[in-house]
Amino acid sequence: MAGSVFIARRAGTAWSYALLILVALIFLIPIVFMVMSSFKPDQQLLSDSGSIRAFLPVGDLSLQNYVGAFERVPVALFVFNSVFVTAVTVVLSLLVCSLAGFSLAFLNWFGRDTVLAVIIATLIVPFETIAIPLLLMVAKLPWISTHGFEVGWLNTYHVQIIPWVADGLTVFLFVQYFRDLPRDLLEAARIDGASWWQVYRMVIMPLSGPVLATAAILKCLAMYNQYLWPLMVTQAEAYRPLMVGLQYFFQLNIAWGQVMAYLCIVSVPIIVLYLVLQRAFITSIASTGIKG
Amino acid sequence: MNDLKRHSAQFRANGAGWLMASPAILLILIFLIVPFVLAFGLSFTNQRLLSPNPTEFVGMRNFEQLLGMGVLKLEPLPAPDEQVEGSDPEYPPLRNFTRNNPDYPHLNGMREWFSIPWGQDRVFVLAQDVLFIKALVNTVLFVAIVAPLQGGLALLLALMINQKLPGINIFRTIYFLPVVISIVVVSLLFRFIYDGNNGLLNTLLGYASFGAFKPVDWLGRTDTALAAIIGASIWQAVGFHMVIWLSGLQTIPVSLYEAADIDGATHLQKFRYVTWPGLRNTAVLILIVITIQAFSVFAQINLMTRGGPLDSTQTLVFQVVARGYEKQDIAGGSAISVLMFVFVLCISLAQRYLTRSKD
Repeated sequence: MAGSVFIARRAGTAWSYALLILVALIFLIPIVFMVMSSFKPDQQLLSDSGSIRAFLPVGDLSLQNYVGAFERVPVALFVFNSVFVTAVTVVLSLLVCSLAGFSLAFLNWFGRDTVLAVIIATLIVPFETIAIPLLLMVAKLPWISTHGFEVGWLNTYHVQIIPWVADGLTVFLFVQYFRDLPRDLLEAARIDGASWWQVYRMVIMPLSGPVLATAAILKCLAMYNQYLWPLMVTQAEAYRPLMVGLQYFFQLNIAWGQVMAYLCIVSVPIIVLYLVLQRAFITSIASTGIKG
Repeated sequence: MNDLKRHSAQFRANGAGWLMASPAILLILIFLIVPFVLAFGLSFTNQRLLSPNPTEFVGMRNFEQLLGMGVLKLEPLPAPDEQVEGSDPEYPPLRNFTRNNPDYPHLNGMREWFSIPWGQDRVFVLAQDVLFIKALVNTVLFVAIVAPLQGGLALLLALMINQKLPGINIFRTIYFLPVVISIVVVSLLFRFIYDGNNGLLNTLLGYASFGAFKPVDWLGRTDTALAAIIGASIWQAVGFHMVIWLSGLQTIPVSLYEAADIDGATHLQKFRYVTWPGLRNTAVLILIVITIQAFSVFAQINLMTRGGPLDSTQTLVFQVVARGYEKQDIAGGSAISVLMFVFVLCISLAQRYLTRSKD
């Protein structure tokens, strides 16, 4: 009797694993295919994809596709642009949104509840619905640079950065996290005569590791993978990020090997980042789901 | 809440409060709220990017242009004597009714969307802007399929991952992996996977059916293109919602499951009476998040089908970009944006209402 329960449980476990592995294959197969294909010449890539060889490192493997991709697209420039825009936006966003979150969570000021309600309401506005007027607007905004006074933000770094620094979700994440922090700490610091800025910097920020990581990861993913906005605002090659560079590969004859190589160049950095920080990645997504 | 009020009263700080929140408030105001208001304003004008004429207020005209629809029932033309029995009857040309016909002013400028037989007659459904109507229908279809399907699959994955088995974290890592990959990359990868000649999907289906499966050009057929895009979208995003479900599952107290075990509940009963009630808030959130994301579908369309074949994958955002950006018809693009926002708002409110707790 006990034996049959044991066997049934073993069988159940085996089924569980079989199902888990089957689903894992669905997620892995396209990625393995992408990586393998990037090393194969076009001719072989096309013939291999009709068989199991598509997933195997077999045949005439080389870095030729990567060489071709680098020749066709200024990869180094685009990598720099993507990383620069993403990094600057993430840093500014953490600063601006955590300050706002601090103020909204701890301080009581005239209009605070209205501001918070409006910020939360912005969460249901899809960016796509404001893209066109935003484009129209940034085309006419002034800017002061080393060249003096300019009108129009198109084809710059800041047009890709500044509109994305503050967003409702990030502010909301900070507000939620701060509300759960013990208030005694703040009171103690205030009694000791600390200014609000000092409380923010020396009491709250050191306790904010988890929420900073969450906000940084979400922002990083959103910025690095962005497509529509950079497509619209970077006509000049000098400021284009990696994603927009994909367009270069779709002339008359698509060189699929090069496309796969470029897809790997684009994806591998973020996949590696994910694998290194996977616990933080998953916790950060999970924390967007806890409703306040 | 009382507790919060009492405490925050001690931290009354109008100056510092505004000062610290002001960078975020200003940025959200300038780059989100102003363009949002601008979209509403522009949708009532005839603004184009490069136009010699000054911008004018045109009232609801853009919306009438987009949403105008009509129905016309036509009798077949009398069949010529020599017509073969059973051949399709002929109908008077639609343009007789839609081009400056004083008897049918409401149909002026409309085109055929589709028609259905009606006894001897035929009913023609007409629209001012057939392309927009198709985009609207496709988007609604996309949302109506993706929201429950992706939400449901994500829950299944979450339940699988929530098992206490050695090595389960490896599977969690793999299932979440596509989320970090850009939808741009996924779109191009799946273009290759869906290819009609050498596509991976055809190959795999061929193996699975021992060669019985006939290759399909998934993105090239009107009856499979939208489904193919839905498949790629779910593949990329389902891990995201799996993790949200997972965090919801982990808030359900273990003691409830233990109590259910003592009562001799089956797996299904435990899900029905313990798990599902505990996930109510998560379910509402996930449904709304997926709906908003699905409504905004763009990159997949732009990179996989560009709205084709025969407009079978046109969507609202694709039309917003095609008109407002590529054709520089700012007012037309804005009007679609406004309609889209209204739909998203209505659906979010409806979902919130329908899934409200019933006590």
